[in-house]
Amino acid sequence: MTDTSQARARAARPSRDGFDIGRLLLEGRAFLALIVIIVVFSFLSPVYFSVSNFLTMSSQVAIYGLLAIGMLLVILNGGIDLSVGSVLGLCGVVAGALMKGVQIDALGAILYPPVWAVVVLTLALGAFVGAINGALVAFLKVPAFVATLGVMYVARGVALLMTNGLTYNGLDGDPALGNTGFTWLGRERLAGIPISIVVLAVVAVVTGLLLSRTAFGRWLYSSGGNARAAELSGVPVKRVQITVYMLSGICAAIAGLVLSSRLNSAGPTAGTTYELTAIAAVVIGGAALTGGRGTVRGTMLGAFVIGFLSNGLVIIGVSSYWQTVFTGAVIVLAVLLNSIRYGGRTRRTAPASASPPPGRPA
Amino acid sequence: MTQVELSRSGAARGTFQLGETVLEARNVAKSFGAVHALKGVNFEVRRGQVTTLFGENGAGKSTLMKILSGVIQPTSGEILLDGEPVRFASASDAQARGISIIHQELSLAPNLSVRDNIFMGREILGPLGVDFAEEARQTRVLMEDLEEDIDPLTPVEELRLGQQQIVEIARALSVNSRILIMDEPTSALSASEVDVLFKVIRDLKARGVAIVYISHHLEEALTITDHAVVLRDGAMTAYAKRKDIDLEWIVRHMVGENFDLGSPPTGYAMGEVALSIEEVSVPDASGADLVDRLSLQVRAGEIVCLYGLMGAGRTELLEAVAGRLALNHGRVLMEGQDVSRLSIGERIRRGLVLVPEDRQRDGLVQTMSVGENLSLASIMDFTQGLFTSRAKERTVIEEGIRQTQIKSGGGGAPIGSLSGGNQQKVVIGKMLATRPRVILLDEPSRGIDVGAKAEVFRLLAEGARRGLAVIYSTSEVNECLSVAHRILVMRKGRITAEFGPDVPKERIMAASGESMLH
Repeated sequence: MTDTSQARARAARPSRDGFDIGRLLLEGRAFLALIVIIVVFSFLSPVYFSVSNFLTMSSQVAIYGLLAIGMLLVILNGGIDLSVGSVLGLCGVVAGALMKGVQIDALGAILYPPVWAVVVLTLALGAFVGAINGALVAFLKVPAFVATLGVMYVARGVALLMTNGLTYNGLDGDPALGNTGFTWLGRERLAGIPISIVVLAVVAVVTGLLLSRTAFGRWLYSSGGNARAAELSGVPVKRVQITVYMLSGICAAIAGLVLSSRLNSAGPTAGTTYELTAIAAVVIGGAALTGGRGTVRGTMLGAFVIGFLSNGLVIIGVSSYWQTVFTGAVIVLAVLLNSIRYGGRTRRTAPASASPPPGRPA
Repeated sequence: MTQVELSRSGAARGTFQLGETVLEARNVAKSFGAVHALKGVNFEVRRGQVTTLFGENGAGKSTLMKILSGVIQPTSGEILLDGEPVRFASASDAQARGISIIHQELSLAPNLSVRDNIFMGREILGPLGVDFAEEARQTRVLMEDLEEDIDPLTPVEELRLGQQQIVEIARALSVNSRILIMDEPTSALSASEVDVLFKVIRDLKARGVAIVYISHHLEEALTITDHAVVLRDGAMTAYAKRKDIDLEWIVRHMVGENFDLGSPPTGYAMGEVALSIEEVSVPDASGADLVDRLSLQVRAGEIVCLYGLMGAGRTELLEAVAGRLALNHGRVLMEGQDVSRLSIGERIRRGLVLVPEDRQRDGLVQTMSVGENLSLASIMDFTQGLFTSRAKERTVIEEGIRQTQIKSGGGGAPIGSLSGGNQQKVVIGKMLATRPRVILLDEPSRGIDVGAKAEVFRLLAEGARRGLAVIYSTSEVNECLSVAHRILVMRKGRITAEFGPDVPKERIMAASGESMLH
């Protein structure tokens, strides 16, 4: 009993020691699954194992990955955020509308905000929707599942209303209007790496630091692990709760910007069911849906497992119906592997601090 | 009417010989790991009579009752039922043989109705599935017997605590029990409800049901019992028939002559008033006052013991002072400043902390390590700018482990790997790490062994010498005498008596009870 909980507790501890391979291997299953996927598909297809394909796949993973990071924060708190897919769609549509210009009747003019303003406004919208989720959950005591389910519908409905079901195309902007550059996010590269991957990496690193090195991170882990104990230790439990939903909304907004930028268009149905993929990534990454356990690193691995798998299936020409079946099987299998691994462990392992991590970053 | 219905609804049949032993424990011992909860106890239950088990918290009463009712198995010794050795595989096995138990903690499903709770797991089946009408009829009969006006279809969560206890009792009565074990059945009952219960007990006795009774209300128990058995530290210290004993005899054997955990720290001057509670009232969900216009003051360096029975309102008072529960009257002053409107976190920063009663539920985060638990309340002390300082956190953790003498595999060990006593030290250490000036401890010695208890006392004495003001809430009178400069007895939300450190135990216990010395 003790050994099981011990192992679990250790695996779930925030990533104190940075990104080191030894612990990564130990943490296991998502990493192993990723390696298996890469190896299998590299054998099956000569195209799969190449830098360009990895970059393509990664930039697709970026969307889910961004959502999954926000989802992780909410799940660490013991909640769930079903609205992220809709918020992604809504934010994309709002960004598209802003790029297309805002009609101001009083002046009889059309206002074209610059791209930075579009980005700021869209992120603020994501935070606002997240704040609604948070307030419903923290103050009005609506169960997270129900609150975010409702917001999921409302956000999607608003996106459809705004566009009347249509899609904004051509978001490049116009040099004459001074609002070019929106497609930079989704289409440009920095030192050969797509910007979307850079964005994901930055968000992941910042969130990782937030979780492991700030008081807020500790508050989040403690209030997700035992909210009553955290509260009596002086943790502002409600503030933490609202903040995680806001951060999740912001992550969804970033994902919405990246997606509409890459597609150079913004549709009201973008991101439908993405919330489920994000939850799957978090779960494959080893987080507990009951809260208090999970890492950014695990969640990133989970997102890559899903992305690399579906891409591989596409490359070897498996039908999209079978892809769905495989993805579902992998989710269950990855989580199953974990419980077998921990359940079968009876030996008391040495304390994590006893062995120095082999590969610290400089 | 009552007689007829009750005998229809169960109880023993046929003739019986009064006072014949029906259930017997012989040399029964039970260990939980290294803790010896029972050390070879002999115990007899007699037909048609009440046997009361007296003893302080942790004396082993509940353990013995759980063994007799099949909830747990003894480590050694044997159980005889009607003179035959038996082994109960489970509680339902024991129930099938006519032994049922009313647990101290209510075991009702709050979302279900009274009827469904009473027949839970024993539903009466008719041709069309469960015969709800018959269940409701029997429930109504039981409620009449217990003189309680409760509709069978009322959800249990809508009943007040005392009525829930009545339902629990009705459930035990509805089973055909020859032996009925009652573990603190009256702790939430009003005086009139207790009278009704006692009438029911007399009816049951008259029909040959053997009853085992446990209560902290000594006087109350004396009015109903035929035999008295006293347990102390897992061993039986005395047995007598009711007619041969009085209250003083029980208390003497319960407390023991020479049990000492030390004495309150002396030899230093106390400071100013650190914490002042003024006319504080705390309501329960229905608006009734659990704490009723209570006032008290604690000076820096003083250890005040808050003694009382379960349900006296001690937990509610401390949680309200710490900021978890809202006051509906009065205020709390910390070194002269009103903190009644501050959040828990702000009160902690002002130096007012609580070590909660239930360390698993309120004290520890099970998903975090020993170190993370220890440093949780003082994160801000080692946060520089945006980030926490690992070096400073390590200092906090090491200091905490050293100060409270936690035995663990270092700060990285999972909290679940620690013993109860060491977990309690983590909770105390976490609050001490915030460098408090007032510490409230709610039953900190519950479920920890004597050694750990002594270390907790040492910590408090050390703190007091350095000017820490302590409120120590407990239901064990020995602890009060070992640690406190001043003992306040709390009962039904009020302070009913105040004693110095040299008062006889009997007087403290009497002041907390129902009807003595008033």
